[in-house]
Amino acid sequence: MRKLTLAMTGMVSTVLLSAQAFANEAVVGNGFAVPNQSWEHLWHEVLIDLYVIGFIMLVAAVIMLVKYKASSPDQVGTAKELDSVQSIAYALIPAAIFMADDFYLAANGWTVWNDYRRVPESAMEIKVTAYQWYFEFEYPDGTTTDTLVLPHNKPVVFRMTSEDVIHDFGLPVYRVKEDVMPGRITYIWINPVDIRETFVQCAEFCGADHSVMATTLSVVPQAQYNLWLAKMAAEG
Amino acid sequence: MSTPTTAGHHATPAWKEWILTTDHKRIGVMYLVGSMAAFGVAGLMAMIIRLEQMNLGMQIVSSPTQYNGFLYFHGAAMILAFLIPGLTGFAANYFLPLMIGARDVAFPRINAFSIWLFYFAIILALMAFVVPDGPDIMWTGYPPYSVTTAANTSMYVFTVHLLGFSSILGAVNFLVTVIYMRAPGMGWNQLNIFVWTTIAAFVLQLVFIPVLAAAVTLLLFDKYLGTHFYDPSAGGDVLLYQNLFWFYSHPAVYVIFLPAVGILFDVMATMAKNRVFNYKAAVYPGIWGIVAIAGIVWIHHLYVTGMPDWIRLGHMVTTLLISVPVGILTLSLWGTLYKGAITYNTAMMYACSCLYLILLGGLTGIPLAIPSITLHLSETSYVHAHFHFIMALFSAFALFSGIYYWFPKMTGRFADGGLATLSFWLNFVGVNVTFWPLFMIGKEGMPRRYWNYEMFADYQVMGHSFEWFHHIATYGSWIVAAGMLLQTINFIYAAFAGKPASLNPWNSQSLEWTHTESPPGPGNFGDTDVVVDENWSPYDYSK
Repeated sequence: MRKLTLAMTGMVSTVLLSAQAFANEAVVGNGFAVPNQSWEHLWHEVLIDLYVIGFIMLVAAVIMLVKYKASSPDQVGTAKELDSVQSIAYALIPAAIFMADDFYLAANGWTVWNDYRRVPESAMEIKVTAYQWYFEFEYPDGTTTDTLVLPHNKPVVFRMTSEDVIHDFGLPVYRVKEDVMPGRITYIWINPVDIRETFVQCAEFCGADHSVMATTLSVVPQAQYNLWLAKMAAEG
Repeated sequence: MSTPTTAGHHATPAWKEWILTTDHKRIGVMYLVGSMAAFGVAGLMAMIIRLEQMNLGMQIVSSPTQYNGFLYFHGAAMILAFLIPGLTGFAANYFLPLMIGARDVAFPRINAFSIWLFYFAIILALMAFVVPDGPDIMWTGYPPYSVTTAANTSMYVFTVHLLGFSSILGAVNFLVTVIYMRAPGMGWNQLNIFVWTTIAAFVLQLVFIPVLAAAVTLLLFDKYLGTHFYDPSAGGDVLLYQNLFWFYSHPAVYVIFLPAVGILFDVMATMAKNRVFNYKAAVYPGIWGIVAIAGIVWIHHLYVTGMPDWIRLGHMVTTLLISVPVGILTLSLWGTLYKGAITYNTAMMYACSCLYLILLGGLTGIPLAIPSITLHLSETSYVHAHFHFIMALFSAFALFSGIYYWFPKMTGRFADGGLATLSFWLNFVGVNVTFWPLFMIGKEGMPRRYWNYEMFADYQVMGHSFEWFHHIATYGSWIVAAGMLLQTINFIYAAFAGKPASLNPWNSQSLEWTHTESPPGPGNFGDTDVVVDENWSPYDYSK
């Protein structure tokens, strides 16, 4: 029991420490979290978990499948039935191990979740409206466009709704997506710390042209962004 | 056609005897034939989907709508017409009464009605290919799309209704059968694990199907009667449907998973001539733990729908906790091999492959339980590969294991042999070749349900384009197709000309092997009723 208590305490402190590590790591560049970097970190953390469990179980299965091969068709298994104490122990111990692992993963997941959901107050807000089958973007100055250009290093929050069916605003390189629905407003935010050309794609089935419902997203230096926005506003 | 018998009556022709049968074994076989037919057509759809994704641009379908129709049929048929009826229809019908020493189910005529409903549902589902406006709404049928689409949503709704009725009637029937018709002396802790998993699956069907029926009925009303349950412009809510739908459809995963695990336990204990490790833990915290948790995890299907944070995080915890009952069940499965005396045959090879599939499918689900990870992975081919491994492949391979295991009981002949071994390896290698590439590109964002992925044209994973991975996956699907085709030929050949088997060729201790003919005649157990003593166990090999 004391060993178990110790083990649990160990688990909890590991959780707290790694949560701390996540919080520190995510803060770079402009001082705000970079959720897609936290995502990669968490992903690798979880993968290690999967590799360890998978490896142990697979090796155990292979060893038993080889070792306990019957030498004659009349041979029978020799395993004993468990007594009550063993039965309960073999249920409680794995339950405790799995639960500890679950809470550990949940704590890490929760930390990254906060990165994803806590929008910096200074974030630029862009309104997204989805239609079958295109997105429309409204910038803070009222300019509407059908492609996205974002200033480098400036957090952006998208407030999204749909005019017809359910769509989904998917940004694969930023490791985030969220459904865009009629009658509801959803949000996601990103921290574009790299200058890049990428795209937005629809990620919820919305009919015939679902597979081609996409538009470009460019992250450009602030000056270039200002020029672009002025041009779009003029064309408006 | 009918020939007069000595008594002067006309003997019933064989086809009529089958169609009008109330015998649980024949009904079981009819479920098997119907579900395998659905599997064949849905598998064909899968081949077309893979061919279409092989390269950018339109490859084989004539329009995106046609592609969406194929996706709809593939999903709906595989889940509703193959996996659920194959496991709870065929396997439960044929073997559950035999395993508990019952002469039939409690309500044989209701059972016959269930199979009729099932066949009508299959016919209705197949009509999607005949009518000009077959459903294109995926098996999930989310509104508002399913309401605003020009296609025929009512066919989807009525197919779900028919199958739902069929399953509810089956559930009542089998629960009553197990509660009241066990052989005298048979206590609850002497049941085969397959019996436990089946009744757990039926409890889930009974509790949750009405919710799905309500969800799709409201969909029908919205589309054809002008109501606004899911229409936000008139005070409805689009997410109401998704909540109701997944409140059933997540437990439905266990309706498929549990009987598959049950078959696996029975095959492995028999082939390893061993007791089930920690039987009570497998049954109570394991199987019933899954049932208990089944109804409180559905939000993980709605992680990207903008649900409040506290619900998403709450369901992250409950979803992760699924690993507790599943872990206990897995430990029992592994422990059943410990100090066994394992004989290898086709049934056992499929069972061994299931150990790999449950690990791979189960573990790849752990990242998806975490909403911050699913914010990216949702609706990608990673999810698609994950649920194919755990739900489709694990359960289908367990079902195949069961078919090989029980084949001598159903036909008096073995289905094992060169063709069986060859088709097993083709299937096993093929599914890995098909779905591993989808994990890899899915992690980088390859979307599900796309026929084209032009926007990802510049993406590289390990130095290769998405197209390259789709090529591999498509070749994999051809390997599986060859395996399945050979296996079907093997089943048909073996049923008529396979090697004759003795009554209990695997030396099993389970009642369906020790107390019946192959195949069992009407009434199952001849003239003497089955009685078991308190020390009897279907897994007792040590004496």
